[in-house]
Amino acid sequence: MRIHHKIDLPGWMEYLLIPLLNLLLAFLLTSIVVFYAGENPFDVFASLFQGALGTVDGTGYTLYYATNFIFTGLAVAIAFHGGLFNIGGEGQAYIAGVGVLLACFWLDQFSWWVVLPAAMLSAAVFGGLWAFIPGWLQAKRGSHVVITTIMFNYLAAALINYLLVDVLIAPNQQSPQSQAIASDQHLPLLRDMLGFFGVESRFSPLNISFFLALFACFVFWLLVWKSKFGYELRVIEQGEKVAKYAGIPPARLVMTVMVISGIFASMVAINVIMGEQHRLIIEYTNGAGFVGIAVALMGRNHPVGIIAAAILFGALYQGGSELAFDFPGLSRDMIVVIQGLVVLFCGAMENIFKPSLARLVIYLRRQKGV
Amino acid sequence: MIETQQPAAIEFVHVSKRFGMVQANSDINLLIRQGSIHGIVGENGAGKSTLMNILYGYYQADSGDIKLLGKNVHIENSQQAIALGIGMVHQHFMLVEKFTVMENIILGSEKTWRNKTAMQNARSILDNLSQKYGMSINPEALIENLPVGLQQRVEILKALYRGAEILILDEPTSVLTPQEVQHFFSILRTLRDAGKTVVLITHKLHEIMAVTDHVTVMRQGKIIDTILTATTSKEQLAEMMVGRRLTTHWQRQKTHQPAPLLEVKKLSLFGPDKRPILDNINLTVNRGEILGVAGVSGNGQSQLLEVLSGMRSYHEGEILLGGRQLKKLLSRHRPTQSARQLLVSHIPEDRLGVGLVKNFKAWESGILGYHYKPPLSKAGFIKKKNSLNHFATIAQDYDVRPPNAFLKTSSFSGGNQQKLVIGRELEENPDLLLIGQPTRGVDVGAIEFIHRRLIELRDAGKALLLVSAELDEILTLADRIVVMFDGKIVGVLPRHQASETKIGLLMAGVVEEIRETLSEAGIDH
Repeated sequence: MRIHHKIDLPGWMEYLLIPLLNLLLAFLLTSIVVFYAGENPFDVFASLFQGALGTVDGTGYTLYYATNFIFTGLAVAIAFHGGLFNIGGEGQAYIAGVGVLLACFWLDQFSWWVVLPAAMLSAAVFGGLWAFIPGWLQAKRGSHVVITTIMFNYLAAALINYLLVDVLIAPNQQSPQSQAIASDQHLPLLRDMLGFFGVESRFSPLNISFFLALFACFVFWLLVWKSKFGYELRVIEQGEKVAKYAGIPPARLVMTVMVISGIFASMVAINVIMGEQHRLIIEYTNGAGFVGIAVALMGRNHPVGIIAAAILFGALYQGGSELAFDFPGLSRDMIVVIQGLVVLFCGAMENIFKPSLARLVIYLRRQKGV
Repeated sequence: MIETQQPAAIEFVHVSKRFGMVQANSDINLLIRQGSIHGIVGENGAGKSTLMNILYGYYQADSGDIKLLGKNVHIENSQQAIALGIGMVHQHFMLVEKFTVMENIILGSEKTWRNKTAMQNARSILDNLSQKYGMSINPEALIENLPVGLQQRVEILKALYRGAEILILDEPTSVLTPQEVQHFFSILRTLRDAGKTVVLITHKLHEIMAVTDHVTVMRQGKIIDTILTATTSKEQLAEMMVGRRLTTHWQRQKTHQPAPLLEVKKLSLFGPDKRPILDNINLTVNRGEILGVAGVSGNGQSQLLEVLSGMRSYHEGEILLGGRQLKKLLSRHRPTQSARQLLVSHIPEDRLGVGLVKNFKAWESGILGYHYKPPLSKAGFIKKKNSLNHFATIAQDYDVRPPNAFLKTSSFSGGNQQKLVIGRELEENPDLLLIGQPTRGVDVGAIEFIHRRLIELRDAGKALLLVSAELDEILTLADRIVVMFDGKIVGVLPRHQASETKIGLLMAGVVEEIRETLSEAGIDH
């Protein structure tokens, strides 16, 4: 009954056991779907696992996707700590692509380590601005960020469509994509470094952005739990009134956190454009902004959880693309089903196991107490 | 008193209930007689509500039996409790604002189809009930248009409509004016005389004395005693509740020449619909004085505190602090922060929603509002070590229990949350202290502690503005009393001329008679 919600579960249950149980349940349901599609669920999961983590290249791809998801996960999570739901990571990352591209073109004489800071700054300005507008609308006009960020995703898509078709399109090019950046500006790939240690990898686009993502997690942790800004942010989460009481200007803080959220999302552009595709391609974000919502939910808005969840979703992305080759009965959409179920169980229904676990905890404590 | 001969309506036999590590009820043996008003008193967490929730089927007892009219019963949910003739009126009403009285009363027990005859039947039952028990009400009125006193009447009628023979009332008077309370008591007496059993849970001892036949005192999950009300006194009950003697009368130093610190002149604040929330407020708070603001909650007191503390701007009038315009002294973006720098502290009414952050650890809540200040933070980073020390000081000086800096704020009891807020604000040694409902939901022992601190501040020459819905508290602490009704100040009374009746009438908005009384007494307001 109601009392169970008052019980604080031990940390390992709250942050480890519950996500794992939810994940298991998602997989169980997937198995049933797979079974009815005429395939053996065990084979499918084995192949999924093999594709995602079974080879060096597979792992590289998994971590490459995970890098994107860490950035977008952090973006969603930091807004969440302030009680805001930023659904616009997709659009913010997309727009940031223009920033990266412009920085690369502008500094085309320089190599990647000079361009990288400039590109990050430029991406931050573009993506941050794209998040600032909904933040401003929320703070000053009361337009809900959930609505406006969704709208801004569409605006971003339309804007870049126009830019790629009419402005940035490479000469003599049919498909809407920009000119490539100089090869000097490509970010170093981990496979090259690994080769030094004798590990063979030929395709994986995993690059140093991965370390940038880990660093971003550290910055996130500092910002949220150590800084005055984070303190004020977490006060805001309880409401505007307590913020005003504590001498925190809610409007300013809302705008600031939206910009920071947008900056986290913008770093996707570094990973993809300077790391893999080396040009701006239509819909290059490929849904990473939305996966970030699931990653933040599953990772409980904590950097460690976000890293774990991002790797899981990276693995699903990567393993899923292999799946279609091995099992003609399954379409690539099957992976969307799995992802959907994971989101459903880890996000929307994260509390299904909680009451029974709480009951168990109460029971065990009572046993111990008597 | 013939009640002792009456059979038992409810009997608890060796009832125990434990939540995790907390023994909420231990070995409760309690007999409540039919046709009596039975009061249950105890501090917060003494186990009164748990016991009643077991009776109402919200919780199951771990051991022990419950007997209704001598028969063992097993109540698993509130539907069963209702079927057995138990009705409960909660502290917070469970009414649908947009529904009429009639719709609320039949809600939950209505037939699938609302046909005309069914509605007419229900209507005639309701009419009978309200006539029988002297609770007249318009069945077609919308709940949102009714004053709280009448909303409570609807709750009681709803329980009676469902056939309640036993009525449990949980802190029923907290939202009522003194006059409404009187009327409410007469309803309870009528119900008792008609043979109903009334269980009254409250922490207001004078109400226990006024209306109950028997009273049970609970402390730390146990029953201390059940006695005839006629044979006890407020002081004795308080002592039994806390387990030691309490001070209720405070020695206070003489006030010197009045030296105004805060002056409010013609202050007005308008709502979004342009209706005044604060209407031409004039008041002065002197150094070495507690100005009590009495009034039923929701008559503008909260907004007054918010305006004075800088949380809210206002539309007309002026506020002077030490003779200077407050508006010019406050920073635009962080007004409450600059108010704190001017030594204006605010203990907000809603301590858990505004004064503290629920999800914060105790030490984090302990720096709220001062989190920008060295040594609590430096160069944009919160200094955890210093903040922990800060919390330790507050916990020690203000007796916050447990003094565990890492416990979640919402896990503290109401009294200890309040001590944390008060400690945090008083540590800064403010000149002007704005206080809202300092002891709402706080247990008796903590009330004594808080009152002593406030009197100490007053004696130290500080200016205090105290908003409280508890008349007792105002009468105990305040040097002067202003009464607010509908956003206006409807009366100013010096302490020695204030009485519960006089304030009560003002609180209810009955201004005309009181004006005469006041002018007779030669007071100008």
